[in-house]
Amino acid sequence: MDINKQYSAQTWPDHPETATLEGKNKFVGFWLFLGGETVLFATLFATYLALKDKGPSGMEITASQLFELPLVFIMTMLLLTSSLTSVYAMFHMRSYNFRAMQAWMAVTVLLGAAFLGFEIYEFNHYVHEFGFTYGHSAFSSAFYTLVGTHGLHVAIGLGWFILLMIRNAKRGLNLYNASKFYTISLYWHFIDVVWVFIFTVVYLMGVVG
Amino acid sequence: MSSTAQAQKKGFGATLWDYLTTVDHKKIAILYLVSGGFFFVVGGIEAMLIRIQLAVPANDFVSAGVYNQIMTMHGTTMIFLAAMPLLFAFMNAVVPLQIGARDVAFPFLNSLGFWLFFFGGVFLNLSWFLGGAPDAGWTSYASLAIASGGHGVDFYALGLQISGAGTLIAGINFLVTIINMRAPGMTYMRMPMFTWTTFIASALILFAFPPLTVGLFFLILDRMFFANFFAVEMGGNTIIWEHLFWIFGHPEVYILVLPAFGIFSEIFAIFSRKRLFGYSALVFATILIGFYGFMVWAHHMFTTGLGATANAIFAVATMAIAVPTGVKIFNWLLTIWGGNISFSTPMLYALGFIPSFVAGGVTGVMQAVAPLDYQLHDSYFIVAHFHYVIVGGVVLALLGGLHLYWPKMFGTMLSEKLGKITFALFFFGFHATFFIQHFLGLLGMPRRVYTFVGDQGWDLYNLISSVGAAFMALGVITLVINIIMTSVKNERVGNDPWEDGRTLEWAIPSPPPFYNFKQTPLVRGLDTYWIEKMEGNPEGMTYAEPIGDIHMPNNSIIPFIMSAGLFVAAFGALYFIDGDKAWPLPVLALGLLITLGSMAARSLKDDLGYHIHKEDLLKEGGQPGGH
Ligand SMILES: [Cu+2]
Repeated sequence: MDINKQYSAQTWPDHPETATLEGKNKFVGFWLFLGGETVLFATLFATYLALKDKGPSGMEITASQLFELPLVFIMTMLLLTSSLTSVYAMFHMRSYNFRAMQAWMAVTVLLGAAFLGFEIYEFNHYVHEFGFTYGHSAFSSAFYTLVGTHGLHVAIGLGWFILLMIRNAKRGLNLYNASKFYTISLYWHFIDVVWVFIFTVVYLMGVVG
Repeated sequence: MSSTAQAQKKGFGATLWDYLTTVDHKKIAILYLVSGGFFFVVGGIEAMLIRIQLAVPANDFVSAGVYNQIMTMHGTTMIFLAAMPLLFAFMNAVVPLQIGARDVAFPFLNSLGFWLFFFGGVFLNLSWFLGGAPDAGWTSYASLAIASGGHGVDFYALGLQISGAGTLIAGINFLVTIINMRAPGMTYMRMPMFTWTTFIASALILFAFPPLTVGLFFLILDRMFFANFFAVEMGGNTIIWEHLFWIFGHPEVYILVLPAFGIFSEIFAIFSRKRLFGYSALVFATILIGFYGFMVWAHHMFTTGLGATANAIFAVATMAIAVPTGVKIFNWLLTIWGGNISFSTPMLYALGFIPSFVAGGVTGVMQAVAPLDYQLHDSYFIVAHFHYVIVGGVVLALLGGLHLYWPKMFGTMLSEKLGKITFALFFFGFHATFFIQHFLGLLGMPRRVYTFVGDQGWDLYNLISSVGAAFMALGVITLVINIIMTSVKNERVGNDPWEDGRTLEWAIPSPPPFYNFKQTPLVRGLDTYWIEKMEGNPEGMTYAEPIGDIHMPNNSIIPFIMSAGLFVAAFGALYFIDGDKAWPLPVLALGLLITLGSMAARSLKDDLGYHIHKEDLLKEGGQPGGH
């Protein structure tokens, strides 16, 4: 593939992310990778459910006391919106509008960073208000590991977005980086889906149950 | 870029650099073969030490503590660092050729997968020199692993985490290679059996390794970073580890044995000079085994106390797996039936495999009967069973595959005479070692004990078992001699050294040129090379394209550096909990920085590969055997 080949909105393929063999490989490979990630998170969820509210005898902290839905609701909205803005970015990638794509990706990054900020605040809050540290109990270990692994994915995704945006800022879209943009957006959707499950299983069921 | 001929003329430094940076699947295959072979010898030495210690009652050759370390490292090394990498060696060497591909889907990741495995394996084995090896068994049950003093179990958890990441990457690479890189005409139902079994085994890797990853993380977090997943007094639960380990562990058996089935399928067809009997049944049996493989893990936990209902369900599911496995056995028997058999070394391994593996399968079904398992559990019967499966299935396939594919990988033929001696010594030694252990188990000898009291009727059986192990060692030594002699003689062979090759890898030179196929082949059916040969096509294949430029990936040192970064970081993580040193946290950060930094470098620098030009390809055309 020729990285310097110039495209116009007319000559740009409909599915630039899979227009090359490398792109096709990346597409299939990343979907498979997300399959493995799904199993990874499923395992973390199962462990969390097994260890929920479990601690040393006499432990008083339970999920229903700990979690507050308003904060988590804001976080959920931030991440869901960021998923939507990354869809806009991909829409503009496919219609060969590089500047609009970069702009929507920047919005995605800002929303993701806000989410991460709230999460850090949340963890900090639990530690300082409740003494709910990582080593507090089996419950705390399972909670922080599940939600923290998700948070780590968000952080990696942000770094990945920023790296791609800076790297390609001057040279615009080509078939070499189109598949890279597509892959990060796929990853971002996956992170979003995992959060929906965390919101439901950890927070909603935690407060209700 | 280097052709094989140039590589031979290069100096040692240049060759080393070439292998450190290579993204060529054929060279990565050699890296896997050499490192896997090294770890196989290490694991074999550990096995010999076990058998020396158990040769006579009340022996004090090694202490109880050292015995636990040797036994743990034998199992861990053989499964993770020998069997799987050696299978990856053949997968890398053969699968892209079998599907008519010039390369794998992710050459860079392929290299990364290897170096992660390599550094993980080295890290794990460094435990011997840094305060003692892991000693909680290869299954590392959490109740034992949490209580184990020293850093042994930390080496286990971190080392396997690193090499496991490499395995996952290798699995994804093979999946995408087989999905996307097949030559025109190579439909799924025309893929050679070894490619099929690699495909299914890779899918199993993809779904089975994440639970292990999570389990190992829990272990790391519990032991090194104050978590409480398995700390019962803090509300933790050690049974979680058992589930996670076996959700990985049972499919792992199929990750190993399915490619072994694939190698044997190739051998049976080649040396019976017949098409595989019931190819489609073999394919579907493979898929079915892979599918069932995820639904039986709790048969390792019958005595854990999951209850009668759970035990019954898992018992039935386990017995069901015997059906597709039986289908395969009959397919192979009927392939041999009426064939024009040539008793080459690979064929001897394949013929020896059938009764050995059936024996291992039958004892497996016995253990699926949950009430009987209560009796057999944790006895030498179990040891005998899984060695019949792993040695009788996987190791025989590795040895048979080594003889079969050696000429394709290195362009020379291993001595058939020495090969048959190796087979005889190893096969006899294997049965002598493990057959008797069934009876030791039935007589009540528990597994994982460092010694035993004499005059319980176990003395002679243990001695026989140890003598058998010595025969296996002699077999391996003969193999090493064979390899050295063959390499020194260096008699080159042609495309199809066994003369009865059926699949595409035998249609191209041995070893193949680095771009594999000058022209992409057009696949016209199952056993496409055989079809072309029968039609008298001197080229050995029909081409799907005229000669043109070939695109190739660039070599890269980044996979090596990325893996080395994790290796460094692992030391930081390991010593962090000691709390008496200042360096662990900086070292952890430095290692992660190296890894993340090289990832960023990879991402920032365009890697577009290069082209071999049509004119250069045409110039080489006249030379027989490629290079
Ligand atoms: Cu099993």
